[in-house]
Amino acid sequence: MAYRTKPLRPIQLIFSSSAFALLLLLTLGTVITLWLHADIGFQLLVSDWAIIKFTIFQALTSATISILIAIPAARALSRRKFKGRQVVLTLMGAPFILPTIVAILGILAVWGRSGYVSEFLQKIGNDPINIYGFYGVVLAHVFFNIPLATRLIVQGWTAIPVEQFRLAAQLGISTSGIGRHIERPMLRTVVPGAFLIIFLLCISSFAIALALGGGPKATTIELAIYQALRFDFNLAKASQLAMIQFSLCAILGSLAIFITKPINFIQGLDHEIERWDGKEIHHKIFDILVLIIVCLFLFLPLFSIIIRGAVPLFTLPALVWIAALNSIVVAVISAFLSVGMAISMSIFIIKMSYKLPIMSKAMEIISFLILASSPLVIGTGLFILTFPFISPFTIALPMTALVNAAMSLPFSLRMILPAMTNAENQYGRLADSLGMNDWARFNIAIWPRLRRPVGFSIGLAAALSMGDLGVITLFAPPDVATLPLVMYRMMSSYQLTGAAGVALLLVSLSIILFWIFDRGGRLEHKIR
Amino acid sequence: MNKFTTLAAGLILTLASPALAEKLPKLTVYTYDSFVSDWGPGPLIEKAFEATCACDLNLVGAGDGAALLTRLQLEGERSEADIALGLDTNLTAKATATGLFARHSTNTTNLDLPIDWADDIFIPYDWGYFAFVYDNTKVTNIPNSFEALINMPDDFKIVIQDPRSSTPGLGLLLWVKQAFGERASEIWSGLSPKILTVTAGWSEAYGMFTNGEADMVLSYTTSPAYHIIAENDLTKSAAKFEEGHYMQIEVAAKLASSNQPELADKFLDFMISDKFQSIIPTTNWMYPAVIPSKGLPVGFDKLITPSKSLIINSNEAQEVRDEALAEWLTELSR
Repeated sequence: MAYRTKPLRPIQLIFSSSAFALLLLLTLGTVITLWLHADIGFQLLVSDWAIIKFTIFQALTSATISILIAIPAARALSRRKFKGRQVVLTLMGAPFILPTIVAILGILAVWGRSGYVSEFLQKIGNDPINIYGFYGVVLAHVFFNIPLATRLIVQGWTAIPVEQFRLAAQLGISTSGIGRHIERPMLRTVVPGAFLIIFLLCISSFAIALALGGGPKATTIELAIYQALRFDFNLAKASQLAMIQFSLCAILGSLAIFITKPINFIQGLDHEIERWDGKEIHHKIFDILVLIIVCLFLFLPLFSIIIRGAVPLFTLPALVWIAALNSIVVAVISAFLSVGMAISMSIFIIKMSYKLPIMSKAMEIISFLILASSPLVIGTGLFILTFPFISPFTIALPMTALVNAAMSLPFSLRMILPAMTNAENQYGRLADSLGMNDWARFNIAIWPRLRRPVGFSIGLAAALSMGDLGVITLFAPPDVATLPLVMYRMMSSYQLTGAAGVALLLVSLSIILFWIFDRGGRLEHKIR
Repeated sequence: MNKFTTLAAGLILTLASPALAEKLPKLTVYTYDSFVSDWGPGPLIEKAFEATCACDLNLVGAGDGAALLTRLQLEGERSEADIALGLDTNLTAKATATGLFARHSTNTTNLDLPIDWADDIFIPYDWGYFAFVYDNTKVTNIPNSFEALINMPDDFKIVIQDPRSSTPGLGLLLWVKQAFGERASEIWSGLSPKILTVTAGWSEAYGMFTNGEADMVLSYTTSPAYHIIAENDLTKSAAKFEEGHYMQIEVAAKLASSNQPELADKFLDFMISDKFQSIIPTTNWMYPAVIPSKGLPVGFDKLITPSKSLIINSNEAQEVRDEALAEWLTELSR
């Protein structure tokens, strides 16, 4: 029990509180900045409410469908061992990190009027499909988010101690019994968080929703913010809409966190998971079907990106490679920053949960706010805040790294916090009773259980940062660019073929970065 | 960690920016992204102006035209910018009202625009007509007016841009309003089934068109010139509409807060000189504001010439926009 009352060390306190401060600054801080900077008042109109309703509805639908598909996919991935499983898991990260414009064109290459599906339908004598509309929006968001949902849920499955499955097998519990007694309680801890993340990601999308939604019916809050800032210079309206996004986040965040029912698995011995259930043929067929469908759905658009980009990839001008280098450096720095923040925040949240459980929950919710915030509001807010003191050009890349780190923090925290909580619950007390010092305690008891989620989080954060246009558009000096910025610039100068090459480069580099770190987390690592 | 970040990022910045040994006066021009890109006019313009001005021309990309004005409004009088290049006539009234811009001293009598120019702050550097672009190997029955477009077969689809987030999107909105006035709502209601989708920006729409997703895309009459000259591809054409075509005139002006007012004036003079103007057609893919001494490049002769040029007076643009936008939203949301 001793460790429960052990206070935070000053260094830990400094790290974790600066991480919180940064999050608050980027979210509420930038919105308040805009509000204070506004010189006209603003009242929401009826048409704005229609936009809000559409935004919530499409986000709820997209998140629900993503989760419903991700659960069987994750179950198949965790109870089947097959060659290429790791490749599938790595490639599955790809849709999630695609820049919006690349994703739109990729999805349309499959589902559009002249896409693979329509082509096939026409060959067998049917009409091409028309996905534009509500279905298109949901389809695109599901494409984006299935991989994330699947990864988060797979993580839940891996956290179940193998002893539970062995015990179930010895007791002769059926596959459905395992579902009821082991898997469902696990899902209840993982699904609400995953749902929340996806809901928030869908709320702040706009170019995708508009392009696949077929017209202004598919206007999201984010587009209204864009219009308010860019076309009307109405800072008051922008900040008000941003506050609505935050309120949605806070409401859903509280719901998700209170629905989540933490379970404490009894201590396991960290063996490789072996499964004795799901051996019946119909389970096998079901799993294989699920995996094939999900893989086709996710990989066909990627395939079209490869087809279009393969040739121009080899003739890209030098400035693209310089931008690629900038992007990689920014991505790696922001990934380590993100995970560093996630670890220090996790320590803080866990310590806090013993004394002030409400505060600890509130902090978890705050960490989600960044997902609900508009990149344009963050960028503009930071611009207003920094411009009086420093030329925006001199801080373009550090600023991008910092904002990207904060943007990926919710994902890192989702991976690291549960792992650390488990490690603390299982080994923390033992370590304390053995009188280990702080370093040994972390190194021996906690870190081995953290390596895997940390590797995954660094990889994901790096990949996310690679693909994100982020705040660089507002801060970029003339001669410094990141890969997404170069790609957008090429597209707006008719260089669509070249841009397809850059898109392929971007996706490949992101996947490689993700693979390196994700793999690094698993290397020489006996524990699952 | 933090220190390391700053250090590392600082390092890249230093490596990436060219060392400026000599202290030349610096003229900063804020413009849109595609102007400064390596495929845009920026690099050539910079070289040409620096050869004559004994100065350092610093071209800064700040998003698109609308983002450019927002940026200047955010920066206010403390802005480093001496010149803003890339607003269009739909924005000039709003820009003038900010009080951030100064009068010019350039002689604009030799401009070759389809309309008269009398603005004492903004000077045009290029212009174009909005138009629907199609693939002439696929579309044979070409609509020659908005009404003909409405009467096209059911599976004929166009992609347009959202007037709330894109300059061409706004152009189309004003085009329909100017051509049809009270009937604009009716036209939009007729066009609605032909609109495959609305994109946030020009790039998504044009990408969708070149990938074969739509039959026509909202762009410029000069877009085919890019394909003809740069790609030797003769398959793209613009449809000529009987109602006339709406114009976009791109302009630049000097900031009142500029600390290099003389150099800024010199740049504005240079902007409508033969040197600058002859770079524009094949880099920005628009008509130059002054026809260069060598004439327009080969390929421009293959473009359509609208029978009527439409444009809304910049002072009314804001008001007309609000009304037209409301109509557009109502009709397309049905």
